[in-house]
Amino acid sequence: MSAALIVREAGPQLTLQDMGRPGWIAYGLSRGGAMDRLALAEGAALLGQPLGTALEMGGLGGAFEATEAMRVALTGAPMRASIDGTPVEWHAAHLLPAGAVLEIGPVTAGAWGYLSLGGGFDEPEVLGAQSAHLTANLGARIVAGARLAVGPDRGGETGRRIRAEDRFSGGTLRVVESLQTHLFPEEQRARFGQEGFTRDQRANRMGVKVVPDGAGYGVEGGLSVVSEVISPGDIQITGDGAPFVLMAECQTTGGYPRLATVIPADLPRVAQAPAGAKLGFRFVTLEEALEAEAARRRALKELPRRVEALVRDPADVPDLLSHKLVSGFSSGEHHDH
Amino acid sequence: MSPESGHFPMIRTVGTDGMLVSFGDRLSEAANRAALAFRAAVERAGWSGVEETSSSLVSAYLRFDPLGLSHADLTARLQDLIADRDWLEAPLPEGRRLHRIPTCYGGESGPQLAEAAEAAGMSEAEAVESLSGARVRVTALGFAPGQPYLGELPEAWDIPRQQDLTPQVPKGALVLAIRQFVIFSVTAPTGWRQVGQTAAPLFRMGDERPFLLAPGDEVIFPAVSEAEFANMRAEAAGGASWEALS
Repeated sequence: MSAALIVREAGPQLTLQDMGRPGWIAYGLSRGGAMDRLALAEGAALLGQPLGTALEMGGLGGAFEATEAMRVALTGAPMRASIDGTPVEWHAAHLLPAGAVLEIGPVTAGAWGYLSLGGGFDEPEVLGAQSAHLTANLGARIVAGARLAVGPDRGGETGRRIRAEDRFSGGTLRVVESLQTHLFPEEQRARFGQEGFTRDQRANRMGVKVVPDGAGYGVEGGLSVVSEVISPGDIQITGDGAPFVLMAECQTTGGYPRLATVIPADLPRVAQAPAGAKLGFRFVTLEEALEAEAARRRALKELPRRVEALVRDPADVPDLLSHKLVSGFSSGEHHDH
Repeated sequence: MSPESGHFPMIRTVGTDGMLVSFGDRLSEAANRAALAFRAAVERAGWSGVEETSSSLVSAYLRFDPLGLSHADLTARLQDLIADRDWLEAPLPEGRRLHRIPTCYGGESGPQLAEAAEAAGMSEAEAVESLSGARVRVTALGFAPGQPYLGELPEAWDIPRQQDLTPQVPKGALVLAIRQFVIFSVTAPTGWRQVGQTAAPLFRMGDERPFLLAPGDEVIFPAVSEAEFANMRAEAAGGASWEALS
């Protein structure tokens, strides 16, 4: 029998996620996939394997038992994690021995945590992907009692960590003008780039609501705009004047006017902003957005270089000084958190 | 070509990796036909860097790799293609299908038929005759996967959405407003009036094309009795059939 991960306990928002299903928007099916795609890539870098499918955990993880020893990587929003009661570091890869239980508690920052496995999940594909697309009724939430098939692992190291980009507490999001930006009054466009916003309680895989410090947004006759294509990152203004940033499981078309579009490089920061986090928006030119996209892709390629040996508790490390030198701990570009 | 100019066809960017070619700012038969034909032409052109295309009510959309194919290059190609012909006069693309989706009108299957008929100035019988005889086109799919917008119905059906939402219409509900039908692919609230019920699944795993309807397909909703409809519900295809349109 092949290896499996048994779900002993499950938080309320567990799904398998990957890069989604491109190619079906003409039929009204949005691409879907992981909310924080950078976290998927970090998991793959930690395990030294191609981008695959991970378990996405909203707010809270669960308890997971391995039928065989397997490598696990924990990325995205930091969560309290332990293996058989011993705390383990987040943004890191560990060995989960056969029969051991990996417990993943609530997030300590951010919104979505990810559990990747050496060899990846090996559940059936629907339309070319394992990911659940809940609004489309493809796949389903993972609940307690599930037994998730795990693919063969070519092997690799554990006890490694990755220096993850801090994107778990809001911040400024870069946006470009989009097809309906010009429908909004000049005053609103200017104010949008200056005032503060708070991430609302209302957020899911379809979209994240943000509440402006000041007055609401809207366009004259906004409800009669002809339905037009939507892409993830679009900022839609619905009836109450508060913007919604549309995310992985957004609809493919919509009639509400859209004020701007968050660039792909900053979508993980939207996804990971917890309720109550402060967000801002800054208009950039298309040229700046494309430079940011090139930088995002370079950073993805260079993720393996951000992986380093896990620094254990000083008491466990007999020769602290040499360990630090070997791991590059004192290289100066270290961003701990 | 700027958004402010209001001249169609109009090219606009969508986010950082999308381009939209629009043929009008409101739904019309010609603008929808132009969008379908233009999208088909872009697919045929097979430009490297274009990753996915779709059409909405009045526009063709391209998602592309902006680092592999520059916005300037793609815009130039789109301008050339636009100049190729009068797209509002373009024929519909090939490969479309004509579907017959049997529908049970009125009664429990169409609780708002009477209300809709009255708004259209018809008796219920006249309404069923008009709706079951109409041949409509899939103008777009969206809102939920596989869920079609179909138009245009005869002018009498230019009736507004209702003020209040119907809390829930069932999967397969045939609803209408503003000269358009929608078949609900999921149970959902709506401001459109439910005039009938269909049983054809809009999404079926394992089929070569898992979605029953594609943009540009045409559909007739022939009326069937409650008894016939009950039998069709037991069939995998829900009584629906299709033929190729040339």
